[in-house]
Amino acid sequence: MHPQDWVSVEEAGLYCQPADIYVDPMLPVKNAIVTHGHADHARSGHDVVYATPQTLQIMTTRYGEDMAKTTHAMAYRDTVELGNADDPVRMTLFPAGHILGSSQVLFEYRGSRLVVSGDYKRRHDPTCPPFEVVPCDVFITEATFGLPVFTHPPIETEIDKLITSLQVFPHRCHLVGAYALGKCQRVILALRQAGYIKPIYLHGALIRLCTLYQKQGVDLGKLIPVNDVEDRATLAGEVVIAPPSALADRWSRSLPDVRPIVASGWMQIRARARQKQVELPLIISDHCDWPELIQTIEDVQPDEVWVTHGREDALVHQATQMGFKAKALSLIGYEDDEETG
Amino acid sequence: MDAFADLLEQLYFTPGTNAKAALIIEYLRNTPDPDRGWAIAAMAGTLRFDFFKRNAVKQLMLERIDPVLFELSYDYVGEMSETVAHLWPTPSEVNDTALPGLGEIVEEFMNAKRTEVKPLLADYLNRMTASQRWALIKLGTRGLRIGVSARSMKQILARFGDTRVEEIEALWHGVNPPYIELLSWLEGRSDKPDISDQVTFHPVMLSHPIDENDLATIDPSQWQTEYKYDGIRVQLVCTKNGKALFSRTGDDISHAFPDLLDTITSHCVLDGELLVMHGSQVDTFNQLQQRLNKKKPAKKLMDSLPAGLMAYDVLSIGDDDYHNKPLSERRKILDAFVRQTESPRLHLSPVLDVSTKPALETLYRQASDDTAVEGLMLKRLDSNYIPGRPKGQWYKWKREPKLVDAVVMYAQRGHGKRSSFYSDFTFGAWEEDILLPIGKAYSGFTDEELKKLDNWVRRNTVGRFGPVREVKKSLVVEVAFDAAHPSSRHKSGIALRFPRFHRIRWDKPANEADTLSAVKQLIEK
Repeated sequence: MHPQDWVSVEEAGLYCQPADIYVDPMLPVKNAIVTHGHADHARSGHDVVYATPQTLQIMTTRYGEDMAKTTHAMAYRDTVELGNADDPVRMTLFPAGHILGSSQVLFEYRGSRLVVSGDYKRRHDPTCPPFEVVPCDVFITEATFGLPVFTHPPIETEIDKLITSLQVFPHRCHLVGAYALGKCQRVILALRQAGYIKPIYLHGALIRLCTLYQKQGVDLGKLIPVNDVEDRATLAGEVVIAPPSALADRWSRSLPDVRPIVASGWMQIRARARQKQVELPLIISDHCDWPELIQTIEDVQPDEVWVTHGREDALVHQATQMGFKAKALSLIGYEDDEETG
Repeated sequence: MDAFADLLEQLYFTPGTNAKAALIIEYLRNTPDPDRGWAIAAMAGTLRFDFFKRNAVKQLMLERIDPVLFELSYDYVGEMSETVAHLWPTPSEVNDTALPGLGEIVEEFMNAKRTEVKPLLADYLNRMTASQRWALIKLGTRGLRIGVSARSMKQILARFGDTRVEEIEALWHGVNPPYIELLSWLEGRSDKPDISDQVTFHPVMLSHPIDENDLATIDPSQWQTEYKYDGIRVQLVCTKNGKALFSRTGDDISHAFPDLLDTITSHCVLDGELLVMHGSQVDTFNQLQQRLNKKKPAKKLMDSLPAGLMAYDVLSIGDDDYHNKPLSERRKILDAFVRQTESPRLHLSPVLDVSTKPALETLYRQASDDTAVEGLMLKRLDSNYIPGRPKGQWYKWKREPKLVDAVVMYAQRGHGKRSSFYSDFTFGAWEEDILLPIGKAYSGFTDEELKKLDNWVRRNTVGRFGPVREVKKSLVVEVAFDAAHPSSRHKSGIALRFPRFHRIRWDKPANEADTLSAVKQLIEK
């Protein structure tokens, strides 16, 4: 049966009717699959949550032990059967390459296969296994950076800009705005790989998640909470990482001669960077850029592409030009949170 | 070119006038002529013509990308040069010889024949990085917008040459890019450039909007009160070397107003308001607009809408310079000059007789009802003529805006600073149960409100027409505007002057917004 007959967009989000389950619902529901731990996808208050163990840990770290009534930890490639035992929906999670624990969801029902990619990227990310191409009839892809103007440079060249800036402005505190989950840890790892061995200072909101990554075996080097630094003046010439919202916040005023920096895919658009009063934009993204989106559609070769949150129009057009049947799926609510870019 | 592109990139992201000035001075010290002079011209906006048109850039781009993807990208990025900078494909075989200097590139484009421009541009775009492409397109279409105004450029040059900004101001309109003589003088290597044989613009003195605190401190007997005319500010210059009419930014607009200029014979520099005048009768701004931007106005147009100058200040007559005389004296000189002129197009802006606060306020209310003026001007009688916007010398007291409650109908993404936010709004008023658009507004909201509006548009889109989103007819905004005019170009039959957001009425139901007939009541008779 064609997935359009058993999957729909409801107020809470994408809904698989025969399994009575939502993917990344935005409202509390009975059954939910959570693709990854970003706050706009993982909300608390569901009765039952299916997710990878890492995603469940992230949710527990953020929302506490009672973030859901029941949780089902699912390893990648494990399958569960949902719904009516005589007419089940088979559900499997596959790596999405977006952040630690991120997954795609494969639904198999009455002979057809639907993949919900969640958020994903194709670049190497040392904190999670790479995106896996899962053959399917309908592929639901995100389109956060779904315009051909978006081509993310290699992370190494962006981190080089930061390192150069530290040399040019040795007396300025380099305050990097980076989303607490995923981006922050990737920036730290990239700095380490570039040979930056000094301690990196963290805003309080990033500490628990960095600790979680370290427990998962990701070596982030020496991290020091900014709150533990008695004399903030000593942070001149150091790297401080904070959530992007903290850049314009009172919190950052205690830091010496701040150089505002943001690590995000949005930083490719100059006006965006300037709107946020960023002096050094770093184009570092946990999403696909345009070439990766196209490459993925080529690789997956689905019969149909459904495009969600982001710039759907362009990707629908492109997929159609490439000979795929494509349509936009209007799932609102995800695209507003730009900090996850 | 590499150095110039780097400079622009840094200036773009560096906030603060001082930090920008430091970057530019560093560039001027380390960059040879003529590159640095062309960079000054690009930043100060004194390049005389576009090296290529935006449309040529667009055409080249469309030869390389699907037009739908181009439009969607442009709509999102909100700016042509950046869109193209990102979209331009790097060719498989790159000519990797080093880019020439800025001066050489400028010369190449200036000397290129019409048919050579596009291939030249394409060749450079192929050889450049995204940020260099951005710089080249910005340069070539003269749309830099990196937060350095002509005025601040002059201040930076004064700092660079360790001189006063007035010195630069006085020379500015007599020297030309690439400013080799000017820079040489600023570096102490040669004499000051001689500009005595040119008809030049003299930077004008500007006013501040008045607020209640300013108003409270004003003793009308120490101030000269005049009408604030609703025309355009101009400077009339007549010397033995020729004559010209300049806009307040120094653009030469003589060609559009020969009927006024031909009547002027005495050597002078006058400051005043350009208006359409039938004898001493002032016509509306709406009428003046038909005379603006006409390269060669037809005689019929000049006869039906004659241009006049309402003079309100004098900078010099013959060889006598009056910048350093107080307004009270300049006024006497101007008065005498206008009285003895033969030009029927030259008028004297009357000084209004006000000696008390209550009289001033009465006058303000009267001025608000007069369609040819837009408020009052208050100038200190002892003010010298100081170019720029000195504090506490001149005030403008604009009449209160008119307000209507209108319903947001369509939204479009903004450009430049507002790029990728929905910030351009079309709003309408009710005729029976149909909304008719009455205008567009782009300003008047805070950054915080802009974010909320953008979010609201995304959530309430009911249709799309290219880049335009039609929204649910539910959001009421209180729109402020300066005047309403009848218009045959709009279906609603009305055109608003300078509409902007006054307040967003998140609380107000759309059916309580104003009717078109109520808005039409505000049309000036």
